[in-house]
Amino acid sequence: MKKHLFSLYLIFICQVVYGQTDTSFFFTRVKQDSSKLKLNMDAVYNRPFLQMGKLPVSLGGYLEANSSYFSTDGVSDGLSFQLPRLTMFMSASIRQRIKFMTEIEFEEGGREINIEFAALDLEFNPLFNLRGGVIMNPIGSFNQNHDGPKWEFVSRPVSSTTIIPSTWSNVGFGVFGKYSRKNWVWAYEAYLSNGFDDNIINNNQNRTWFPASKANGDRFEESFNGVPLKTIKMALKHRKIAEIGISWMGGVYNKFKDDGIILDKKRHLNFIALDINSTILKDTYLNGEWVWAYVDVPDTYIQQFGNRQQGGFLDIVQPIKKGKMLGWSESVLNIALRLEYADYNVGNFQELGLRIADHMYALVPAISFRPSAQTVIRANYRYERHTDLLRNPASQTAGFQFGFSTYF
Amino acid sequence: MNRRLLIFTIILEAILIVSCERITPSVPADDQILDGPIDGLSSAEKTRFLAGDAAFNDEIFTRETGLGSVFVATSCGSCHAGDGKGTLFTTLTRFGQTDETGNKFLHLGGPQLQNRAIPGYTPESIPAGATFSRFTPPSNTGLGFIELVSDEDILAMADPSDIDKDGISGVPNYSTLPSFINALPNAVPKNGKYIHRFGKKAAAYSLLHQTVNAYSQDIGISSAFAPNDVYSGQEIDPEISNLTINNVVFYLQTLKAPIQRDQNDTQVQQGKQTFIDLGCQGCHKQTLKTGLSPIAALSNKAFHPYTDLLLHDMGSGLDDGYTEGSAKTAEWRTPPLWGLGLSPNSQGGQYFLMHDGRARSIEQAIEMHGGEAGASRDRFKKLAQGEQADLIKFLKSL
Repeated sequence: MKKHLFSLYLIFICQVVYGQTDTSFFFTRVKQDSSKLKLNMDAVYNRPFLQMGKLPVSLGGYLEANSSYFSTDGVSDGLSFQLPRLTMFMSASIRQRIKFMTEIEFEEGGREINIEFAALDLEFNPLFNLRGGVIMNPIGSFNQNHDGPKWEFVSRPVSSTTIIPSTWSNVGFGVFGKYSRKNWVWAYEAYLSNGFDDNIINNNQNRTWFPASKANGDRFEESFNGVPLKTIKMALKHRKIAEIGISWMGGVYNKFKDDGIILDKKRHLNFIALDINSTILKDTYLNGEWVWAYVDVPDTYIQQFGNRQQGGFLDIVQPIKKGKMLGWSESVLNIALRLEYADYNVGNFQELGLRIADHMYALVPAISFRPSAQTVIRANYRYERHTDLLRNPASQTAGFQFGFSTYF
Repeated sequence: MNRRLLIFTIILEAILIVSCERITPSVPADDQILDGPIDGLSSAEKTRFLAGDAAFNDEIFTRETGLGSVFVATSCGSCHAGDGKGTLFTTLTRFGQTDETGNKFLHLGGPQLQNRAIPGYTPESIPAGATFSRFTPPSNTGLGFIELVSDEDILAMADPSDIDKDGISGVPNYSTLPSFINALPNAVPKNGKYIHRFGKKAAAYSLLHQTVNAYSQDIGISSAFAPNDVYSGQEIDPEISNLTINNVVFYLQTLKAPIQRDQNDTQVQQGKQTFIDLGCQGCHKQTLKTGLSPIAALSNKAFHPYTDLLLHDMGSGLDDGYTEGSAKTAEWRTPPLWGLGLSPNSQGGQYFLMHDGRARSIEQAIEMHGGEAGASRDRFKKLAQGEQADLIKFLKSL
């Protein structure tokens, strides 16, 4: 028995040693089919996977590592280093037209571990697929298309993480489909899932804060109030022009009934998002998203918790050199600019009649270098202005970020 | 090209790293902001200041940490942006007391209206028959100095019978101490009551008294000092530690005093002389001094708050029909003028002056002065336009 074990061990070690010099020994990289008209909704499968032999399981993942130096009104905590996320994903073709895919994310050095996606897809027709499990609600484009290596910027867009609380996923079921003809493709998605909870107006941010619901681990087990969150998206794309998407997500966020006793009226929240991406002037890439959020906050609650939010971003990415650079044959050097805005409290003070502020602007020029399509090394300068509720002089934050993100 | 690109990238990165502190926002000058500690604190005191700063400005209360159930604000910083004055949005309403015999509406939620509530609860409303007054939050700066003015010095500024016949007859606000406050050794009580000095009508004895009341009445947070829930009136477990409250008190004690700007400007100097000539100094005393303090940096210091910490009759125009302690309904404690020029930085770029923010400019605030200040107000109105401008510039330099 020990001899067998030793032999097995030797074989394993040899394979590991060999494997370290030739990664194709175990795995082959699954080529992405670039001829297909990919949409933001396809992002979950539109990733570089590694396949082992002829096994029907593919593996993948990505890593992000950064360093940053920021100063707010002249006060800085100095230079720091972050590992914001390590994500691993796995897909399996169970049978023809039955697929499973999961994405597990380790955030902030492992302090948070989240199942961001774990769904079974059954295709009856390209126009009609069923999906169930942990789904990523298709609100805007970033939520589904959030992989670090796809972006030229170190930070995620503020409006897409603090208004739409990307990555926002939940347990649910739904349908999706796609219809294409020549250069055109039209697609839709519609899901019912567990939703938000009343921590969006009961949190330590002192404002309506949708990400607060992400802290509720029970949301993968049960709905906070029994009313499903509904998400619907439609997207239209022309290969040579642009993709445009419109999406809505809405539901009830409060516990209006407990143990059969009515506690409050049903309080709704709604998100409407527009997203667009296009390549103009041959190779200038534009990508943007805008979201409006509406929440029924009780009139008797403090106005710091607003009932309307809005915000968005626009990324402009311009390749300035492509080809062989520094020994890499298919590398790209980009310059890029992100403009972003988030208003956390749209409206007027009841007492003053004046506009409420509580908003931020940011401007992020960037340089990125891609030695391959799967890896990006990026340097950003970020300038932000935050204005408080009362429109007092804005606090200014600025600094540098440097880091990389790569699929593996 | 590749080598050039590499060199360019390395140079660019080097420039970025070297220039980090040059192209990021600079620190505002000390005289442009209200927050920051007094000079001369020890390392241990600075650490305690930072702990109090975090509790005061960053701790947002939620239902789980004790907010409400009825409340006015969700944090200390909500009402004191940048440690400055508040606005009509953060106004407090107090009701139910018309004379020194006490508040007749304590059983109906007095003395303070909690006008907001967490979901599922109903906020308070002012009971029928109760008179009320609205108070905008004051700035927090320099309070540690004010706390250390001796009762003896306050009494020396008082002139209840207007013996000097200048029309000004300031009196201290005497009130009973809550059970958790010990009178200071040099206190000068009268009939078992003590001189209070903080608040629009000088209703708080010390910064501990003010802080405990604010947690309880503004945020609905119970403590070992004030264990009763504002909603039910029943005693509940403390929702905040004594350490946190003491750290906040220390923070308030050690926040620096506002620093005057443009002191060498001739217009400012002329305005200061006008201020004296008009008799404003009768109440807005320029210089006071502290006594001994366990915080060495506060001990035996002269400072310039422009207040006498006394109550003055401000006339019928400012009589709100509500009072606290021994103050009468038209009596208000002289507000310190230091920091006046920086008020708009915490009030959304505007002025909300007087006790309830009704004055939208310094000129309006002066014109609302009546009673004991009526003569000075009238003299101000008779000034030439240029002299008025000098005075306003001086006040904005404070």
